[in-house]
Amino acid sequence: MATRVLVLLGTKKGAFILESDAARQNWSLKGPFCETWPINHVIADPETGTIYGAGGNEWFGPAVWKSTDFGETWTHSSEGLAYQAGEEAIKSTWSLAAGNGRLYAGVQPAGLFASDDDGESWTQVQGLRAHPTAPKWQPGGAGLILHSIVIHPEDPNQVWVGISAAGVFHTADGGKTWAPRNTGTRCDYLPEAERYPEFGQCVHCIVMAPSQPNRLYQQNHCGMYRSDDGGQHWESIEQGLPSSFGFPAVAHPRDPSTLFLMPLNGDIAGRYMPDAKAAVWRTRDGGSEWQAMRQGLPQRNAFFGVLRQAMAADQLEPAGVYAGTNTGTLFASADEGETWSDIAHHLPPILSVETLVVGA
Amino acid sequence: MPEVTVQLPPALLRLFPGSEPEPTVPASSVAEIIDALDQRWPGMRDRLCDSTPRIRRHMNVFVDGERATLATPVTTTSDVFIMTAISGG
Repeated sequence: MATRVLVLLGTKKGAFILESDAARQNWSLKGPFCETWPINHVIADPETGTIYGAGGNEWFGPAVWKSTDFGETWTHSSEGLAYQAGEEAIKSTWSLAAGNGRLYAGVQPAGLFASDDDGESWTQVQGLRAHPTAPKWQPGGAGLILHSIVIHPEDPNQVWVGISAAGVFHTADGGKTWAPRNTGTRCDYLPEAERYPEFGQCVHCIVMAPSQPNRLYQQNHCGMYRSDDGGQHWESIEQGLPSSFGFPAVAHPRDPSTLFLMPLNGDIAGRYMPDAKAAVWRTRDGGSEWQAMRQGLPQRNAFFGVLRQAMAADQLEPAGVYAGTNTGTLFASADEGETWSDIAHHLPPILSVETLVVGA
Repeated sequence: MPEVTVQLPPALLRLFPGSEPEPTVPASSVAEIIDALDQRWPGMRDRLCDSTPRIRRHMNVFVDGERATLATPVTTTSDVFIMTAISGG
């Protein structure tokens, strides 16, 4: 079977899918799907090839969309995707993760749901919102959202989530109990003596290194971090980057020491490419040194940003890397970030980018 | 139970293949209309109401020209429209 490479986009106006062969030079675009709802995150379950889209529509509320034929047809469900009567209703579905036979969805206001029937119905993971810190969680700029879900590849009881702006939380018992995992990450927006609280950090994105489940990377509102103990301690790795502020982080599919970032110029500086020149920053050594990759990216008037879920890598060798902008352009590299080209533009603002390789 | 005819908005019909623009359902209140619609097209309640529960903020139900709530009574002669409000961006 010929290899198909799919790049899955969530945008402000529906989901889109780009497709190419393994060379990743020529791309076709399909969409918009999901009735042009705002779709915050589109993922594929690599085990089944099923594509899921998380979104929320101003008229019709939150739902998870699903396609079992690579985007040709879609259904939607929000059965069980609700808090108790009297609680604030869920506004939108924000993030998805599939693993160990389970599908997770993060929602706004922040909470976690799980589906054991491929997205047909959902059950709340009760323990998270029952955490004693939950009444004090404060929303970030996008609201009180649960946006990062990291599943341990071998232990289904372990999950990490990122909540803006409550921080990182971890469960080791399948979601019954949770513990903050924020030691070492700072809050520059708090008075100096209170900058390292137990929770309340504005985490932007967390990802896990391949083959090293205890190694996590975190792009935060205030810095870039690595943990080698499952988030119990975080170490700053922002030295050498143009800014401590950015949204996405992308792990390499095979090398636990390689990470890709797209820092912005700063949280109060406009939140676009530093000096209006676009660059993807790559480390090959876990964050000690950083290299700017610019070839093929615009080096003048680049006043765009890349949002927290809008960057991804594929599984091929060499790895492809993709970054979607909030101005509707998708940049792609088929050589681990060395060179880039613009493979789609004039799309709605891109909210998420993920990949699926079929038949490799 | 009275039979009530309801006008549904095009954007809702697109989400439920096979649904009808003017179904007639047994109901004596707006809540019972939505119960009946959900029974006929499973999942339709979640598109029209949130879990509070109430009619979604950007959905409007009109009964005889007045904005209704879930508790609003209806009769066989009621004019019932479910409409999408001005929204988007």
